[in-house]
Amino acid sequence: MSDRYRDHPDRVRALVEPDRVHRDLYIDSEIFALEQEHFFANTWNYIGHESQLPNAGDYLTLEIAGRPLVAVRHDDGSVRVLMNRCAHKGARVVSAPAGNTGRFFRCPYHAWAYNTDGSLRAIPLRSGYDGTRLAECEAAQGLAPVKHVRSHRGFVFAKLSDAGADFESYFGDSLSSIDNLADRSPEGELEITGGCLRFLHQCNWKMFVENLNDTMHPMVVHESSAGTAKRMWKDEPADKPKPMAIEQFVPFVSDYKFFDDMGVRVFANGHSYSGVHFSIHSGYSGVEGYEEKMHAAYGAEKSAEIMKIARHNTVYYPSLTIKGAIQSIRVVRPIAVDKTVIESWTFRLKGAPEKLLERTITYNRLINSPFSVVGHDDLHSYRAIQSGLHASGNPWVSLQRDFDPAEIGASDLVATGTSEVSMRNQYRAWLDYMTETM
Amino acid sequence: MSAIPAPTERELIDFVVHEARLLDDKRYAEWLDLWSDDGIYWVPLSPDQIDGIHHNSHLYEDKLLRSLRVERLKSPRAHAQQPPSRAHHLLQLPTLERSDATEQRYVLRSAFHYAEAQGDETIFLVGIVFHHLAVQDSRLVLTMKRVDLLNAEAALPAVQLFI
Repeated sequence: MSDRYRDHPDRVRALVEPDRVHRDLYIDSEIFALEQEHFFANTWNYIGHESQLPNAGDYLTLEIAGRPLVAVRHDDGSVRVLMNRCAHKGARVVSAPAGNTGRFFRCPYHAWAYNTDGSLRAIPLRSGYDGTRLAECEAAQGLAPVKHVRSHRGFVFAKLSDAGADFESYFGDSLSSIDNLADRSPEGELEITGGCLRFLHQCNWKMFVENLNDTMHPMVVHESSAGTAKRMWKDEPADKPKPMAIEQFVPFVSDYKFFDDMGVRVFANGHSYSGVHFSIHSGYSGVEGYEEKMHAAYGAEKSAEIMKIARHNTVYYPSLTIKGAIQSIRVVRPIAVDKTVIESWTFRLKGAPEKLLERTITYNRLINSPFSVVGHDDLHSYRAIQSGLHASGNPWVSLQRDFDPAEIGASDLVATGTSEVSMRNQYRAWLDYMTETM
Repeated sequence: MSAIPAPTERELIDFVVHEARLLDDKRYAEWLDLWSDDGIYWVPLSPDQIDGIHHNSHLYEDKLLRSLRVERLKSPRAHAQQPPSRAHHLLQLPTLERSDATEQRYVLRSAFHYAEAQGDETIFLVGIVFHHLAVQDSRLVLTMKRVDLLNAEAALPAVQLFI
């Protein structure tokens, strides 16, 4: 690997211009390594949902910034995030994706044991360390805890580094999309359910994240799938109830004006959502019994307010993207410069009719599965970029649509839906958190 | 009560082999015609999964969605199909798992290897496929095709044709 960028924050800064970014953000493996070291450590990344850890000892494993982690429900009820690395010789302590560890973790190699707050609990034949300096070393500290862990409406985030912003100033008002998702439950609570679809994308993680608020692509990329669905249904009588699949596919091929009028809102630190005024999820038919339950829980006015919000994708930059109106989330897990796993999870709205879960599951399968006819054409575009960027003659990716120099530094602004402002906003944040510790 | 004789085991096995052949030959119109109107084509997310409605699946498709999949492949704007993929099913001899001659319903189990090639890339998937067959209008139809992948929970690459 080259050393072109390491210790050269000035060179990294030169990769991001106000209205375009350099191809090395997507194809340079040194940049990817530096992202793992700096960018993903300095930003708040999504860990999981508290409903995955209902009982003390419940855990899940994951990687953030290339580091193996375990999130666990400690016996005081809090969620702890620990480095999944034995303090002794470095073995990953937990291997399953999720489970219950009881009151402690036990390393499979030499049986060092740790409490669920990470502290060292026991070492076999401990007298062997008498007179050594073990107690003064990291080894006696146990599983290193991640200090910065926060939960909002059950969504757990962590920041690995002491640098970066605190949770509130990092996410700001963008948290209103998570609130809307949770508020859609008459009990105000969510339960993750139905398993996780995991789709391997042979592209850099940024293509996927950019695409979520890219509203100039659906009518082009999804013509073959959503356009075909629209054509297949067009001769059906107008009053014939639409199957869920038709209701969900057809809006993808709405015209440019529709997506333009949707609007996009961007926040400091790279967050954004499209669908400020309405979205492709606004036209879904009602579910019997749901409105009544919402009225009973919130009153007519508040309930109508909650239901009126139908945002498209909200990006919690860089790793979580949510669809409140559909109750599904997509989580971005970068593996290599040209390899990313997209996890798609679904939620039950506690206290709501089960039909809503069916709608959520249907959408998630139709759009996010590795077998999805929508996803195939998206992925094709990302891979086309991953390979096309190696061409010579133009090393830049244009993000100039509706660029306005006044947008630079704005912490909350609304723009026309087809603007590329959400992407420009992402790269301003990328540059800040990438170079902060370089 | 249907008056037609029960299909022989050989006829049931031939149906399964023929179904794979139609897919590999891209004879999709004939493939769509193998199904009952309420037939479901299912690739669950876990091997012990019993619910395709309230639990995520890779694929859970009724008549409309199967037709959509076939229609999409005819579109010159199916960008991900440039160049077109090819599919190959390798089946172990199907075994008759369940047989109800009164209801004329049958379940066959086949171990399979599936390959899908596109340009220089080939993906391989393996697993067990269950064909649920019934007799309707004097012919065998597919009421459920369930494909249990060995690595159903893994991060999978795009699977573009019909497994």
